[in-house]
Amino acid sequence: MIQIVTANRLADGLVVFRCSGGWTEDVTDAAQAGDAESAARLLGTAAVDVDACVIVDPYLIDLDEADAAPKLRREFIRASGPTVQVGFNRTRHGGDE
Amino acid sequence: MYRYDEFDHALVAGRVDQFRGQVARRLAGELTEDEFRPLRLMNGLYLQLHAYMLRVAVPYGVLSSAQLRKLAHIARRYDKGYGHFTTRQNIQFNWPRLEETPDILDELAEVEMHAIQTSGNCIRNVTADQYAGVAAEEIEDPRVYAEIVRQWSTLHPEFSFLPRKFKIAFNGAAHDRAALRLHDIGLRLRRQGGQCGFEVMVGGGQGRTPMIAEIIRAFLPRRDLLAYLEAIMRVYNRFGRRDNKYKARIKILVHDLGAKAFAAKVEAEFETLRGGALDLPGAEVERIRRHFRPPPYDEIDDPVAWYDLKRREDKDFGDWARTNVGAHKRPGYAIANISLKPIGGVPGDATADQMDAVADLADRYSFGEIRITHEQNLVLPHVRKTDLFEFWQRLGAQDLATPNLGLVTDIIACPGLDYCGLATARSIPVAQAISTRFAALSRQHDIGELRLKISGCINACGHHHVGHIGILGLDKRGEEYYQITLGGRADADAALGKIIGPSFSATGVVDAVETIVETYLSIRRGGEEPFIATVVRTGLTPFKEALYGAH
Repeated sequence: MIQIVTANRLADGLVVFRCSGGWTEDVTDAAQAGDAESAARLLGTAAVDVDACVIVDPYLIDLDEADAAPKLRREFIRASGPTVQVGFNRTRHGGDE
Repeated sequence: MYRYDEFDHALVAGRVDQFRGQVARRLAGELTEDEFRPLRLMNGLYLQLHAYMLRVAVPYGVLSSAQLRKLAHIARRYDKGYGHFTTRQNIQFNWPRLEETPDILDELAEVEMHAIQTSGNCIRNVTADQYAGVAAEEIEDPRVYAEIVRQWSTLHPEFSFLPRKFKIAFNGAAHDRAALRLHDIGLRLRRQGGQCGFEVMVGGGQGRTPMIAEIIRAFLPRRDLLAYLEAIMRVYNRFGRRDNKYKARIKILVHDLGAKAFAAKVEAEFETLRGGALDLPGAEVERIRRHFRPPPYDEIDDPVAWYDLKRREDKDFGDWARTNVGAHKRPGYAIANISLKPIGGVPGDATADQMDAVADLADRYSFGEIRITHEQNLVLPHVRKTDLFEFWQRLGAQDLATPNLGLVTDIIACPGLDYCGLATARSIPVAQAISTRFAALSRQHDIGELRLKISGCINACGHHHVGHIGILGLDKRGEEYYQITLGGRADADAALGKIIGPSFSATGVVDAVETIVETYLSIRRGGEEPFIATVVRTGLTPFKEALYGAH
């Protein structure tokens, strides 16, 4: 089971993932833990940044081993953004019939 | 519309200063997230699935053009260029930064707006009929009383930590456009013996335990409004459950005690308050009413031949006018509804450019006034019939002239799992797929009025319980499924929909809706019986058989 740590960045609220240099918005750059022990260690390093007011609410999520994408739909959408077009509300199919 | 006095300005400005300090202390590490969370929520700032979300209050859905322009500016400057109008007549911004939120609140305060009471266990932003003050069938303008209740409830110290959130709605017309019976308190203005007062209903709500409000007072004289509301709130504050969040709304208390016993407790408390400091003198009502004086209308003969001619001459305009124009109380004027439900679009979303365009149109055609509806559309309340054609052409240029008000593509949908941290399934893509499936306008007109409402979880922000067709998104072992209810309605004959059977997959639900609609078309009487009337007459059986077979 591969796990990574996710959180929200305090200042702007954006979804971030723990990586080697700190935090990244790109889930593919996230540091991966292959077992429970390293996952706990990864989460532990995140706690330091909670105290330092860098991030809030860190937690572990499971990755799909096949494509290294978040397993749960909620986490997949959280990592990749809304599945609908953002900020452009126009008719897609013009006219009648 | 209501303009802030010195007290209002000082209160809102003080609140922004306070929040600016709280944010600074949070960013500096002087406040933990646990300490800060309730403070940010009291200022409408949530942390959602992707980012912070700021919910801005639009009291009883009334906006000025200057306020709408400010919302457009905020969308552009601090967000991603759009906003989402909600079923609470508010607007939500989906991507604000915490560090910039005090600046946003400062900008809002410049135009007499704020985000107070858009979250937390307090009396939330008061809602009302979007046609208030202009509906041809209006008994009395509810904005006057909604404003009085706004002032009474704003930061009311006794009611800032209720067992749970609390929603109050007003309606002053014969037609209930405010979903009164789905609110914690619904107040219907009525007249009795030449006196103005309210029918009081309590204990409605949706969520995981949907209930229709019970009428506990057939007529409450106007001057007793605040004393009676305070009595209700005190009974709730004292007896409402605090041990279980899911049983903490007033609807549970009213249900458990029984409406009669609940009303008796309210009446007893009311007797101790009546005629005291909360008495609402006529002079105070008149002072507030002056803020809602009608705009300087022109004297116009009605019917307006030019408007009637244009409707006949231009089919597209005629189609739009047929659904999107409401009857105004003033001869020669109309209520123009702006659909925020383009075919295949995101229900309730508007871009900053669209907001600016609507503000400009409001200045040009509607005395600078805009309304937001709980069905996630906009209204320009005072457009001259002679201007409607030109107005419609300008709307079309912004893709805001979708002629579908009240039709199957005028779908209410919550943000769902695309934005919301609580959602169990997506709502918006389902709304888009259904909207696209039923895009053909002639088919929509043939189907007639059909209220379709979608929620992405049991909290029911998309009002699925009261959709003629309601859709609830669920998660079943990692897959999105959609449960359908039929027969719900939010009008004066409010009813909760009944579950039709096993749920459908994301693609299956669109086919299921089409099957339901086709079944309706085949069994309706006289070719014109409305969808909801057909469901009431036949019950669920023909629809069940069409969807699942006869067994």
